[in-house]
Amino acid sequence: METFSQMLQLLFSGLTIGAIYALIAVGFVVIYNVTGILNFAQGEFAMFGALISISLVKANLPLWLAIILSIIIVAAIGGIFERTAIHTARKSSMTTLIIITIGVSIAFRGIAILIWGTQAQTLPPFTDNTPIQFLDAVLLPQNLWAIGLSIVILIVMMYFFNYTFTGKSLTACVVNPFAARLMGINPNKMSLFAVVVSAAVGALAGTVIAPISGASYDMGMMLGIKAFVAAVVGGLTNAPAAIAGAFLIGIIEAFTEGLWSSGLKDVVSFSLLLLILFVKPEGLFAKASGKRV
Amino acid sequence: MTKKNLKLIYNNSLVGPGIFFALLFCIPLVGSTYTLAIFTMIGFYALVCIGLTLLTGYAGQISLGHAAFYGIGAYTSAYMTGTHGLSPWLAIIVGALISALVALLIGIPTFKLKGYYLALATLGFGIIVYTAFKELTPITGGSNGFFGIPSISLFGFDFVTDRSYFYLIWVVVFIALIFARNIIHSRIGRGLRSIEGSEIAADAVGVNLMKYKLQIFVTSAIFTSISGSLLAHYVSFINPDLFTANTSIYLLIMVIIGGLSNIWGAIVGSAMYVLLGELLKHYIPLMLPNVGGEFEIVFFGLLLVLTLIYMPNGLVPQFDKILSKFRKKGNATHMSLTINTQATGGKTND
Repeated sequence: METFSQMLQLLFSGLTIGAIYALIAVGFVVIYNVTGILNFAQGEFAMFGALISISLVKANLPLWLAIILSIIIVAAIGGIFERTAIHTARKSSMTTLIIITIGVSIAFRGIAILIWGTQAQTLPPFTDNTPIQFLDAVLLPQNLWAIGLSIVILIVMMYFFNYTFTGKSLTACVVNPFAARLMGINPNKMSLFAVVVSAAVGALAGTVIAPISGASYDMGMMLGIKAFVAAVVGGLTNAPAAIAGAFLIGIIEAFTEGLWSSGLKDVVSFSLLLLILFVKPEGLFAKASGKRV
Repeated sequence: MTKKNLKLIYNNSLVGPGIFFALLFCIPLVGSTYTLAIFTMIGFYALVCIGLTLLTGYAGQISLGHAAFYGIGAYTSAYMTGTHGLSPWLAIIVGALISALVALLIGIPTFKLKGYYLALATLGFGIIVYTAFKELTPITGGSNGFFGIPSISLFGFDFVTDRSYFYLIWVVVFIALIFARNIIHSRIGRGLRSIEGSEIAADAVGVNLMKYKLQIFVTSAIFTSISGSLLAHYVSFINPDLFTANTSIYLLIMVIIGGLSNIWGAIVGSAMYVLLGELLKHYIPLMLPNVGGEFEIVFFGLLLVLTLIYMPNGLVPQFDKILSKFRKKGNATHMSLTINTQATGGKTND
């Protein structure tokens, strides 16, 4: 069963990259729904997460501590970003906001060059990385970490949004900001909180992918754009839909790359984006709602 | 809004552009080859930015894919003249027509969308076209690039010197500027302004939103394509990396830094971008020897964010403010006007 194992192999790499996209895409959805801003600097949180943990490991910190510290640092960067850029400009037009987040992402990339240079770096795998044989396909433990961690994070976030007070307050801001304010929820605080949470999740995504594909100053842009595509394909207003979209895009990319050509994987996923935008702009998996986009 | 204010928006006098271009056209008489090269580069960007200002500033639509049209123009010129030996002028026209057609095909479904979705759709389109440049190796030369694009000639005169290219590009910019001003002052321009103010209101008073947005998108694509073609003939070598998503973003940065609510912002913005880029290239290595050219990226990112937060209307209104301080009169009306006419970028209130 040569082809079966090949397919399985492609499916595994699709699920791995899909898991990474899912973590970043959830960040988009959270920020978008609370603040109404599509944050083009989301991928840069992943880049910072990866590069900061690499530096901490080089400073002889244990890996787990380095990862936790880097997530905390990136969350703080997210908080500063929200207070300085998003909060200051929140009343600007959407065009301005798009361009501000693009500007921030460019500046983040530049800062990363100043600190880490342009060389790609790697993080050691989380655990012993001996390949595992599974139904004729080879699986690296780091891939399992990526898929497993993202599933855990996504379950935690679902629990958080549906069963905790803060999570429900965030959801309330999404559904009706005005009513939320009347109920004593402070949308300003919620906006800060949303950006910090999605920065932390993005940083985790970066550290998980760093041992697999390396980390460099420009890794964030493509990750961010792909996570966007995933979120829009799935449905931008709904986290589970965005996650489904992320896995779909990851798998489609892996199969395009494996069976066709690596140069064309971007074309396929962006063509899918355009197709979805033109035919079903609310996303493939989103429930129909009264709000037109 | 008084008649005087309207006059300020629709300032139809040709004195300003006349003086500007008269001064500009003296530069080759005194400038060095380096100066000429810089001003020629500004010209290429200015041509693109005039189109983008019409689209973003006047119609309130954002495009993150204009590098695609830039590339379509450049590659059409390269292929038709370099591979098939056809006339560069024919190539420029064909490039512009292809760009217009592509803009139409992309625009019809895209302009049904709003806001972020438009930004995303154009971004996706730009990346698809970039990949096409990279993968269609038989036509584009792939990532190695396309060498040996011939220069332009007119009635037996070859545009080979820097001076002749300087005049060529700035004459085209001048024509584009006059054309853009005429659009702004026409019925279409008023329609566009109303769309930028409020799409719903514009729709309610019978402005055909779709038609106007499409027309302006196609126009800006044509400007961009012509600039790309001229660039290809000027530099004689192109590769896909000239037309990435970053290029689209940098074009947008120029337009924003210059100022969206005024067609002059296009020229000011591209001049700022090119001149600052050159300054940084020269002085950053002296001040921070370990940093290298990458500092440019941080700088433009920060400049963009600061411009948007502290001068949301870009540089041109600031120049206006300084000018009116010198005049010592009409300051108040001027200021209130710049605030009133700022680009709101098709803000939606849903």
